[in-house]
Parts: sequence; structure tokens; C-alpha cells
Amino acid sequence: MTTTALPGIARPETSRPLLPDVVRSEWIKFRTVRSTYWTLFVTVVGMIGLGALFAFAFVSRYDRLNPIERLTFNATTHSLRGFFMAQLAVGVLGVLIVTSEYSTGSIRATLAAVPQRRTVLIAKSLVFTAVMAVLGIASSFGAFFVGQAILSQKGLEAHLSDPGALRSVIGAGLYLTVVGLLSVGLGTMIRRTAGAIATVVGLLLILPGIVAALPSSWQNVINPYLPSVAGSAIMGSAFGDGRVLSPWAGFGVFCAYAAAALVAGAVLLKRRDA
Amino acid sequence: MIEARGLSKRYGPTLAVDDLTFDVTPGRVTGFLGPNGAGKSTTMRLIMGLDSPTAGTVKVGGAPYGSLRRPLFEVGATLESHSIHPGRSARNHLLALAASNGIPRARVDQVLEVVGLSSVAGKRAGGFSLGMKQRLGIAAALLGDPGVLLLDEPVNGLDPEGIVWIRNLLRSLARDGRTVFVSSHLMSEMSMTAEHLIVIGRGRLIADTSVEAFIRQGSGGFVRVRSPEAPRLTQLLGDRGARVEVEPDGALAVTGCDAAAVGEVAAHHGIVLHELVTQRATLEDAYMELTREAGEFAHADEGKVA
Repeated sequence: MTTTALPGIARPETSRPLLPDVVRSEWIKFRTVRSTYWTLFVTVVGMIGLGALFAFAFVSRYDRLNPIERLTFNATTHSLRGFFMAQLAVGVLGVLIVTSEYSTGSIRATLAAVPQRRTVLIAKSLVFTAVMAVLGIASSFGAFFVGQAILSQKGLEAHLSDPGALRSVIGAGLYLTVVGLLSVGLGTMIRRTAGAIATVVGLLLILPGIVAALPSSWQNVINPYLPSVAGSAIMGSAFGDGRVLSPWAGFGVFCAYAAAALVAGAVLLKRRDA
Repeated sequence: MIEARGLSKRYGPTLAVDDLTFDVTPGRVTGFLGPNGAGKSTTMRLIMGLDSPTAGTVKVGGAPYGSLRRPLFEVGATLESHSIHPGRSARNHLLALAASNGIPRARVDQVLEVVGLSSVAGKRAGGFSLGMKQRLGIAAALLGDPGVLLLDEPVNGLDPEGIVWIRNLLRSLARDGRTVFVSSHLMSEMSMTAEHLIVIGRGRLIADTSVEAFIRQGSGGFVRVRSPEAPRLTQLLGDRGARVEVEPDGALAVTGCDAAAVGEVAAHHGIVLHELVTQRATLEDAYMELTREAGEFAHADEGKVA
């Protein structure tokens, strides 16, 4: 066998910005592994399917409910409750786009091609945000319309023009996006898939349970600032007790958690050996 | 051109690379040799900026790797062959790398062709043999037509045809005036491919020399003699200060004097010789000799860690 001579290759202008190229690279990586499609599938099914299931359950129980339960019912947030499961799939995807690079060793190829490590993390986050915002908001609208169609059997349906409804629906998609970004940050900090997923689950689902065991005077102070409690405020009274931050303030707190995780991840990524 | 200056790397209690200073110059294949665990891969990672040195510096093409923009145009590397996501196809792996450095898509098919992977470009890399992964790694290294190539144990897992192929490839890349730095723990392979050697053991530089000088430097050469009067010849050679050992087949291995001297002694005393051969040291011998001590220490260290 002889070696085929390779033609030379033109180098891009030095002034050409790096980030768009790295984003293109991360986009190729994102869409060329199966785990992306599985987790996105579970996200959509969780959001729409579970929302429909909750709506059915409520409709079938409606005649036996007491007046208080009927009065406190919020048709919009009820149809969005699939977010509870969807956030796990989103969290897994956010973790995996970083940790799978470490578990497979492809991080070495990635960082050898782009030694500007922060740019790599920014590109991953941008790709993830774009995909998740579109898919999250779309499946949130899907869940809302499917849920309202079911609830209309008892005349319980909400409309997008209802106060706060549109904000809740878009908010559910935004919440999922930020869950993912928090997971990207934690994945970068922790690097191990299992540890990072456990941390995401612990922060979002287990922490509220632990705080619930505290004396109520403490609970009232801490609870609104827990990541998932603050973040889900944007979906309206998803937790129903009113002791939450206002929708945008809560969402802002949640974004701050995600930003903190990403910044910590970026610092560690830059400092540590790959 | 690769320039390492006082390069050291410590992982916890282990000093994996200890004050390495060397240059790898363009236009020839430089072998990077050492027993397993000697610090070759660590040195490669330091050159690539994947790990940061505890002390010292290393530059590639005049600059630290971390400061390179679009480094695939400067340096192509195959680091441990498993730096590939097993679920991604060979072509997609290369497309992602190419995109990150602004290399056009068409280039991916060119490099796949050169390494002979065109027919399996769409297959998931996880199903590849070690040899195919090596070829994919080399394809990635060639993407940006770089002036410096770093290959970590590239012949591992290749079949004989593949080994000949890579040997020719490395030589032709060096002939183009590129810097080619190839690590291996296989001396015999390096003797076929490399012109220059950098040998390390236990993280330290043992030799930085041409392959020829390396063989000459290493001891282990001897004169092999067969004679029906072996005991008498042994006695006579010993009197002249030579060292004589008896080989398993009864021949004598003489060190400390050359074949001519042995022949003269025999002729002078009328001793019949059946064989008189100068055994040159092989690269393997020289390597074993030079790395023996370093290797033993390296293994002792590994034992402690485990």
C-alpha cells in the first residue's frame, strides 16, 4: 500500500471568530449520538403524556372532589405538571453532553482541537439552550393544549388569554432549559455521569423534601429559594401553597443557580488537567 | 519543532515526568521511547496542553499549545486511541473536529480516503477494531495538514500491512519537512522507522541521540567464538584481560577484545576455530541496557500506587 499524497489546505483568516466554528462543531456532536434523541423523546413524552394523564385523572375524579379542591384547581399549571418528569430527562441530557466526553475520552480530542476551553463550554451551552428552548416551549404548548382539551370535558379548561397562562406555558419551557444549563454546569464541575445526575436529582427533587422536614419557621425562609421551587414559580402556583417568590423573581434566582454552576464549571475546566 | 524545557509533572506523590529538556526537529521521524509507565503519554499530554506542567515549559511551533488558535493546522495528534465517542460514526467524529477549526467538509472525505476508512465512514466508531481506531486517529491528525505530528503508540493494534503503511506514512510526512514525534515502547518498531530517538525512563531523559549512535553507545556487543579447544582459549583470552562466558550451545561470548584480537591469539597458539563472529548490539539490547534500571523503579512505583 502506498501513501496517497494529501493536498494542502487553506487556513481560515486569523480574524475569523472562533465561537461560531466551535458552536457548529458542538452542534454536530449533539445531533450525532443516540442519547440526545432518547432524552429529548422522554422530555416530550413526559411533558405532554404525563400532562394528559394528570388531566384525565382530575377529570375522572372531579365529581368526588370537595369544593376547596375544586376552587384551588389551576387548569394551566395542572396541564404542565409533566415538567416533573421532563426535567429529569433534560437534566440527564445536560449532564451527558459534558460527562460523556470524559467517560469516552473524547474530551481529549475536543480540547486538543479547541484549547480555548471556556469557548467549548460556551458553545455547548449555546447549542443546548437553542435546542431546549425551542423543544421545551413547544412541548409545553403541546402539553397545555392537550391538557385543556381533556379538561374541557368538564368545562374546566383554561385559555392562553387567561391571566398568567401564557407566562406559565412559556415559563415551563424556560424552566426546562435552565434545568439543562444547571446540569451542563454541574456535569462540567463533577465530570462523572452518575455523580452529576445524582447531584441534579438531589438539588431539584430531594432538597425540597429535606427542607420540608425542618421546623416551619425555617421552611418559610429557605423553601422559596430552593432551585426547583424558585424556578417553578414561573409556572404559576405549581406547588399550590403560595409561599413562593413571584414568577420572574423566582426564575431569576433559578437562573443565578445555573449561572453559578456554569461559572464554577468554566473555572474548573480551565484549571484542571483534562 | 517541539521544544521542552525542564518539563516536570507530578500527580500526587508520583513524579511522572522529571525535568525533561529536548527538541524535536522537523524533517525526520523522532522516536519517543521508554518502558510502559515511563511518562511518554504524560509528556504527550503536556505538549498538547491537556495537562499543565508542574514545572517547565513546552512549545509547539514556537508557542505554547494553549495559545494556538485552530491548532489542527499546526499540530495533528493521536492521543490514546480511545479518544472517540463510540456511538458516533467515524465521519461525524471527523466532521465535528473539522468544523471546530474551520476546516471544510470535503477534507474529511480526503483524510478518510488516505487512511483507508472510506468504506466504514458511516459506521459507529465503537465497533471499530483497535487498528481501525488508530487509522481514525491518524485521519483526525491529518485534517489540518499540520507541520507537527504527535503519535502516541500508533502501531498498537495494527496488522502487518498497517504497520508497513504507517511506517511509510511517517517517513513521507517527515520527508515533507514536518516534525514527526512517535512514541512507542517497541524498540524494534522504532529501529525501522525513526532516525532520531528520545529515550526516557521513570520520567527522566536517558538518551537524545541518533538511532545509530544509540546502538553504538549501548554495550552488549561481543565476539562469538567456537573452538574444540574452548577451555584453553578461554584461559588465554582471560590472561589478556577479556571476559569470556560460555553460551548455552557451547560457543564462547567474548567481551573486552575484538574479533581480530581473538583470531590472533588463536593463531599464535595454534588453536583451531570453527566460528568467529562479531555480534553487534541490536537497538533492543541497547534499549534494555539503558532502561533496565529505570524500568525496575517504574514498576516498583506502580506497585505502591496499586
